[in-house]
Amino acid sequence: MHELAVTQRILEIALEHAHQAGAQRIGAIHLVVGDLSSIVDDSVQFYFDYLTPGTIAEGARLTFQRIPPRCRCRECGTEFAPEPGILWQCPACGAWGGEVLQGREFYIESIEVE
Amino acid sequence: MRTIPVIQEILSANDELAQENRERLNRAGVLAVNLMSAPGAGKTSLILRTAQALRGQLRLGVVEGDVASQVDADRVAAAGLPVVQINTGGGCHLDANMLRAALGRLPLEQMDLLIVENVGNLICPASFRLGEHLRVVLTSLAEGDDKPQKYPDLFLQADAIVVNKLDLEAYLDFDRQRFRKLVQAMNPHAALFELSCRNGEGVEAWTTWLYQQRQALLARLNP
Repeated sequence: MHELAVTQRILEIALEHAHQAGAQRIGAIHLVVGDLSSIVDDSVQFYFDYLTPGTIAEGARLTFQRIPPRCRCRECGTEFAPEPGILWQCPACGAWGGEVLQGREFYIESIEVE
Repeated sequence: MRTIPVIQEILSANDELAQENRERLNRAGVLAVNLMSAPGAGKTSLILRTAQALRGQLRLGVVEGDVASQVDADRVAAAGLPVVQINTGGGCHLDANMLRAALGRLPLEQMDLLIVENVGNLICPASFRLGEHLRVVLTSLAEGDDKPQKYPDLFLQADAIVVNKLDLEAYLDFDRQRFRKLVQAMNPHAALFELSCRNGEGVEAWTTWLYQQRQALLARLNP
């Protein structure tokens, strides 16, 4: 829902790094997005296409490396991947919840420039 | 084409501003609570009840976040509390920059407690730190006992979970035992309060906890 503001920030960061590297054009931006970050790829892409015309990032490719959530059960310590729909139930002991080990990531890993 | 490593958190600008807000609040000795819930759970009612119960003990200030209108701020101002309304103009959450602007319009030196009423939404506010000391999720019997399963992120991050509208229990199917077990398993660190803003039942336990949290903050700031 808040992807416009987030995409503006992605563009700012990418432009900043491209500028520091003396680049003329950004060809790709590689993002790492945890599935728990509530970021919708298509929506980021939509705003990116809207924001970039006239910048050196116009036409750049966005890639999304998705990180699935991983939890550790607080009851029995089992590590598991919560499945969509039955989130947070330990497959070993059935306990609800768990400590989140991964899935909240949201960062720019790298950009490709020329 | 060459690749430049970046490894930069996209929300880092927000996190830095949140840290500045936190330092400003600490300097004033103000405990800040980020109050999050779905629309209609009773955030403003909880603020008014809290103010009433803590009168003479803690001086409360309020930030009201809404997509539009001044309705909530008017209710809070009518109770004699310093209040700033933020209208996000369609935005689904408050961010640290919005709170920074609001802090500049509040008499922090004459306050002990700040409650920030976030935009009614169980999803987006979870991703944006404001600089708060405590994250409180409010839900109500009318929403059903399965909300922590459906919106886990907010409940997993909560320092306290407050269940409102106990006065409606006879009319609803909310299973309090099931809800307690669920949040205990998901987030055993969260304090759980069940209350009614309408008749005041259970409010004291919540406000006592808030008072203790403020004392604990002062002890951390002035060891």
